[in-house]
Amino acid sequence: MHAPPPQPKKRLLRLRLNGRWREDAVAEKELLVDYLREVAHLTGVKTGCDGGECGACTVLVDGEAVPSCITLAVRCEGRHVETIEGLATQGRLNRLQRAFHEKLGTQCGFCTPGMIMAAEALLRRNPKPSDAEIRSALSGNLCRCTGYVKIIESVHAAAEPAS
Amino acid sequence: MTTAPDSARLARRPGVPLIDGIDKVTGKARYTADLDHSDALVGRIFRSPYSHADIVRLDVSKARALDGVIAVLTGDDCPHTYGVLPIAMNEYPLARGRVRYRGEPVAAVAAIDAETAERALALIDFEVKELPAYYTSEAARAPDAVLLHDNKPGNLERDVHHEFGDVRQGFADADLVREERFDCAEINHAQIEPHASLAEYDPATGRLTMQTVSQVGYYLHLMIAQCLEMDSSRIRVIKPFIGGGFGARVEALNFEIIAALLARASAGKVMMQLTREETFITHRARPQTDIRLKLGMRKDGRMIACECEVVQRGGAYAGYGIITILYAGALLQGLYDLPAVKYDGYRVYANLPPCGAMRGHGSVDTRHAFECLVDRMARELGLDPFAVRRANLLQAPTRTLNDLTVNSYGLPECLDKVERASGWNDRIGRMPPGKGLGMACSHYVSGAAKPIHRTGEPHAVVNLKLDFDGGVTALTGAADIGQGSSTMVAIAVAETLDISLDRIRVVAADTAVTPKDNGAYSSRITFMVGNAAIDAAKKLKAILVAAAARKLEARPEDIECVAETFRVGSGDQSTLPFADVVAAALVDEGAITVKGTFTTPPDAQGGKHRGGAVGSTMGFSYAAQVVEVSVDDAAGLITVDKVWVALDCGHAINPLAVEGQIEGSVWMGMGQAMCEETRYLDGLPAHASLLEYRMPTIAESPPIEVQIVESHDPYGPFGAKEASEGALAGFPPALVNAIANAIGLDLNELPVTPDRVMEALIQRRRQARLAKTVKAAS
Repeated sequence: MHAPPPQPKKRLLRLRLNGRWREDAVAEKELLVDYLREVAHLTGVKTGCDGGECGACTVLVDGEAVPSCITLAVRCEGRHVETIEGLATQGRLNRLQRAFHEKLGTQCGFCTPGMIMAAEALLRRNPKPSDAEIRSALSGNLCRCTGYVKIIESVHAAAEPAS
Repeated sequence: MTTAPDSARLARRPGVPLIDGIDKVTGKARYTADLDHSDALVGRIFRSPYSHADIVRLDVSKARALDGVIAVLTGDDCPHTYGVLPIAMNEYPLARGRVRYRGEPVAAVAAIDAETAERALALIDFEVKELPAYYTSEAARAPDAVLLHDNKPGNLERDVHHEFGDVRQGFADADLVREERFDCAEINHAQIEPHASLAEYDPATGRLTMQTVSQVGYYLHLMIAQCLEMDSSRIRVIKPFIGGGFGARVEALNFEIIAALLARASAGKVMMQLTREETFITHRARPQTDIRLKLGMRKDGRMIACECEVVQRGGAYAGYGIITILYAGALLQGLYDLPAVKYDGYRVYANLPPCGAMRGHGSVDTRHAFECLVDRMARELGLDPFAVRRANLLQAPTRTLNDLTVNSYGLPECLDKVERASGWNDRIGRMPPGKGLGMACSHYVSGAAKPIHRTGEPHAVVNLKLDFDGGVTALTGAADIGQGSSTMVAIAVAETLDISLDRIRVVAADTAVTPKDNGAYSSRITFMVGNAAIDAAKKLKAILVAAAARKLEARPEDIECVAETFRVGSGDQSTLPFADVVAAALVDEGAITVKGTFTTPPDAQGGKHRGGAVGSTMGFSYAAQVVEVSVDDAAGLITVDKVWVALDCGHAINPLAVEGQIEGSVWMGMGQAMCEETRYLDGLPAHASLLEYRMPTIAESPPIEVQIVESHDPYGPFGAKEASEGALAGFPPALVNAIANAIGLDLNELPVTPDRVMEALIQRRRQARLAKTVKAAS
């Protein structure tokens, strides 16, 4: 029998994930994106680049949009992390999810979770953003399909008061 | 020929969201990297650090001996080449004997985890004898250049020489002849999902299952059978959700075949995820292209002669190269009425990652040159850019000189629409300083009329299954890569049967389950798979109508079916709901399956000249666009203020998706025009991240106003043609023409980055000074 391979130093991480508190042992160097995808199995969080380039991994940490691929998991101790999986309530799409679906703000869908999370952070602090404010808030999220036209339309549609 | 269903019902629909859209907005959609691979080995590739070298020694023994390494493979493990055209498969999954570009796969490792796999790569000893490497077409074509492939003299993969009509006479008769050179940079698809494959080999059954990012599952299926010497029936290729393609994943790709080889060698499951850098190196995108274009025009704007020479720097292996260089020439035609065209194309091997197919395949750079030069000649003749295009329109139906069929032609309406929407006539010539308007036209095929593998099979097959639950399952091999092809199939079936879209489920792109399909390339799916889906739905409808007739004791020809209700047409009030008709149809039969097909007729498959099949299609889409720019000539900065585009897609089966495709393709043309460029330093990719490969962000992306033109193609499904590629090629020339309109500067290089604009401005100032000096001296 071989000896077990040496393990990186781990720490107990306690955080609120999509509304629920949980605890996991995570390596100190573990990235938030890997923790979310591999430990919590939240594969809606995407990896599109080699670090901090594309925004596909955007999640909310205490309501702020953060690229999870350049964030250490242990930095989220005691904080609230929200992913695309936490947006719908009891199967009911959130306003941005509905708008991105109905207005075709998503084509291949790979950038969509990150895009929606970045837009969610925007709408929470600015319920009625202008075109320029949307462009500014989403400028770290790359999309290769839409040309962004319908993404802007989707965010505006989500910002409309529910009729 | 298909006829449109109830035209009132189909007229001006807003369109429907994608049938898989909810999975995408909720994060439920599983892309390859999201599939459960907790029990899989990790695959990694050792890549050549040399651009061109003979392999002297490749020693993987230390890597193999490392604890946790399950398999290490080299070129010795696969003596078979793969590729696209059967006549041009010159690439090994892992290099054998020689490496031809930096980053070429040389060896591969499967290990228990990523750290072990990385350590194993570091233990590989690779010794080579370096050869001269060529990074430009010119260097590779030099008479004394070492050949990349011994059977390709001059490092030419293919040269094409076509002449139609009397070009010499055309130039002699022309009032104005102009010739210019254009240089278009190499670009990349840069789909947001990095490449990934999950390969699983079961040694007990000898079966291999690949879940991978392929746009054309059956190509990969065939190439795996070839490279692994496997019985094709033991292979299954499944496409999970795909994060964009744009042509990047049309070819079978080296990492996919390597993943399959590793899975078999390790008798298990291997997850191969490429980094963004490796995804860039895998490449297969639009080549750097040099164009020399000469046009002859009469005073009234009529174009009477065209001569075009194209040199494409194709990279180290064949890939799609022959088709790309043929497209570049063939699609000079089909947009305007040209009486004489000469084309010389050269596809060159160079020590760089192989190029391949990318949105607007082959047509974009030559269209750019053409539309720029036409504009400049119009200016010289004092003609309006719209008027010049209108002086050269085709009349459908027609055949071009190179035997391309044009069955529907909405270009005149596209021109009218963007001219009006942009306020062209009121604004052109009256723009404030630093602002300009430019326009251009473009077109693209709705599917290659002649498929790559000429097996005699139909171009598309769709199966429909109707069972006890009243649900209709459509089985198609067509790969939905985000363009909405599965939604298109669902709409085509629902419209034909006049049933609710919710009854349809689409199962797509799984070679064990769905009928073979030629895949997502050349914008073929709507036209070909759409027609096959309608054909299948008509057969299913006939079965349902017969069942309803039996039940209603009427003749089938008297049965009407409207909105899931069957009734006798002649005023009889007895009706049957869909569920009852399904139940009646299943009596004695059980689950019903029908098959629909689509095949292009031989006369649509292009000319008899060598290479004449490329460019042939059943229907061209047509587009016109106007671009408005602001130019800051102190900084060389170009800002696109707005784009107006109109595209003739024949009939918009899903207008929402058509709009999305047009916006996306115009925007992708904008990226190529303004900032996108792959750059290599001695063969080392210097662009291989999403920061260094500059795509427009949302901050720089302009409003794009889309208008759909419906020319009702006589052969398209409900009259439809493609909508995803045709508008792309018009953007770069419309932009360059707008810059000329704004500051009087003609740019001949793409992309028009600030440094290129500044360089051209400095050049212009220098020339102006020189002219003044010369004048003063004389």
